[in-house]
Amino acid sequence: MVNEQVKEKYVKIFLYFTASFSILVLIAIMFFIAIKGMGMLTVEFLTTAPYRFEYGGIYPQIIGTLYLTGVCMVFAGPIGILAGIYLSEYAPVNIITKILRFFVESLAGVPSIVIGLFGLAFLVYYMHFQISLFSGGLALGFMILPWTVRASEEAIRAVPFSYREASLALGASKWQTIKEVVAKAAAPGIVTGLLLGLGKAIGETAVVLLTAGSGLESFLPRSIFEPVASLPVYLYMIATQGHTSEAYNRAYGAALVLLGIFLVINVFASLLRNYYIKKHRVRFG
Amino acid sequence: MKRQIREAIIEKGLFLAASASIIIVMLIIIFMFAEGIRALNFDFLFGMEWWPSGEKFGIIPTVVSTFIIGLGALGIAIIIGIPCAIFLSEYSRDPIRSIIKSSVEMLVGIPSIVLGFFGLVVLVPLIRYNIGGLGESILAGWIILSIMTLPHIISISEDAMRAVPNSFREGSIALGSTTWQTTKALIIPNAKSGIFASIVLGMGNAIGETMAVLMVIGNPNIPWIPQSILDQVRVLTSTIVIEISYAIWGSMHQYSLFALGIVLFAVVSVLNLISRLIIKEEIRKRW
Repeated sequence: MVNEQVKEKYVKIFLYFTASFSILVLIAIMFFIAIKGMGMLTVEFLTTAPYRFEYGGIYPQIIGTLYLTGVCMVFAGPIGILAGIYLSEYAPVNIITKILRFFVESLAGVPSIVIGLFGLAFLVYYMHFQISLFSGGLALGFMILPWTVRASEEAIRAVPFSYREASLALGASKWQTIKEVVAKAAAPGIVTGLLLGLGKAIGETAVVLLTAGSGLESFLPRSIFEPVASLPVYLYMIATQGHTSEAYNRAYGAALVLLGIFLVINVFASLLRNYYIKKHRVRFG
Repeated sequence: MKRQIREAIIEKGLFLAASASIIIVMLIIIFMFAEGIRALNFDFLFGMEWWPSGEKFGIIPTVVSTFIIGLGALGIAIIIGIPCAIFLSEYSRDPIRSIIKSSVEMLVGIPSIVLGFFGLVVLVPLIRYNIGGLGESILAGWIILSIMTLPHIISISEDAMRAVPNSFREGSIALGSTTWQTTKALIIPNAKSGIFASIVLGMGNAIGETMAVLMVIGNPNIPWIPQSILDQVRVLTSTIVIEISYAIWGSMHQYSLFALGIVLFAVVSVLNLISRLIIKEEIRKRW
């Protein structure tokens, strides 16, 4: 009996250790990037264009990343929400719905580099969209579509059934009920889901590298069919090909900015999620 | 009547939006095969040499390296991840549990390029000066990739353990068992298929991961079957990213890179399918 108690203690220590390890890794990475990158965060670095690996700032990269995720969201947002509405409110329990779900899951499992290759073959060469903002944004949209679908579906499902009953009892049609009651109640949840998808799209490198541009462009695209710079690709290029300390400093700066944007989106998403859970007393996600 | 027509049209429109995933997946399959099928032959699948300028495209060394990197990373992730999941599900209460859980979830999303960069500037020199070799190595790949795989393993196996009914725990504790005895005898056996599903899914994630692993494994020009964990290697994903930028469109080299993509897609899809079947079977059994 005493033996078991002692064992319990050792097991507990070991479990504590493994659990704290996973937090420590996260903290270590963030601190390291923050400390190394902090020195680069000057107004000049954030507002000028890069020149080769060692000079200039990352303004076109920051704006380019925002453009890319914007195009991505214009595609994946509406389609994801509409598909989520269908799956939660309309989809009958039959083989077709099963197939729909199967393909949403399948798309979620496609490795990002395969999406990149597909974007290159289909969007860039077959559709002649060129290496461009449009190709890159759309390819990113393909990648995060399953996340926006699932998040919308979950958020809509979490709306209490009584809301729907009340609206239908007042004589509203099914679509009116969804549009006026269900969608409004689910809005914070849907936005949370979209933001988490956005966080995924912002850091994606392989897809953008193959379809949107080389990352070092020093100009913003003048049209949607021109190449666009982006933070992750810039970071990749400069970290693997610039071998001077000046280049590395820029890589730290870019990594910090990227991490910062990612964190802001995530914190905002989780605040919104907490607000939503409190308001509706429901759990989702 | 008009209202019914409008409702019907809306339903069809929503159905169309829901079908977008089917269309995209179909297009991916069609275009990957259209580009890659010409390179998918015996010499490609069983060739030992990958040498683009000599028109030699054999993928065995790359595939072997991919599995070595994936399995090793998975091993590390299991050793840390499963105990962490046990801690979260059986040993912790709310403030601590939710703090750890949300940091683990955050770890899932950290841009892989940032993790890879961290590996390149911290891990690689650490290995080079303390253990030996060039630093860019299988070992570095294992460590970085295990950090990326860890969150998936933790969150799915924790879900599986928490799904074990509380009455099991209460019964066992009432008989005088310690928490660890309960975990060992009841929780793990009952959650084992969920845990297994998380491992298979983690493997799929590890093999499909691109940027983080690319930056720390060295990617030698001519891939070989590694002899030690300090060797540089090349994996499926890194080969595609590095070579697609200079492969001439319409050449055998480009077709071979798309064929690599098909192989990768196939392996990852099979792993995902297996883990999904396990989870589905588990849910069916429970209800």
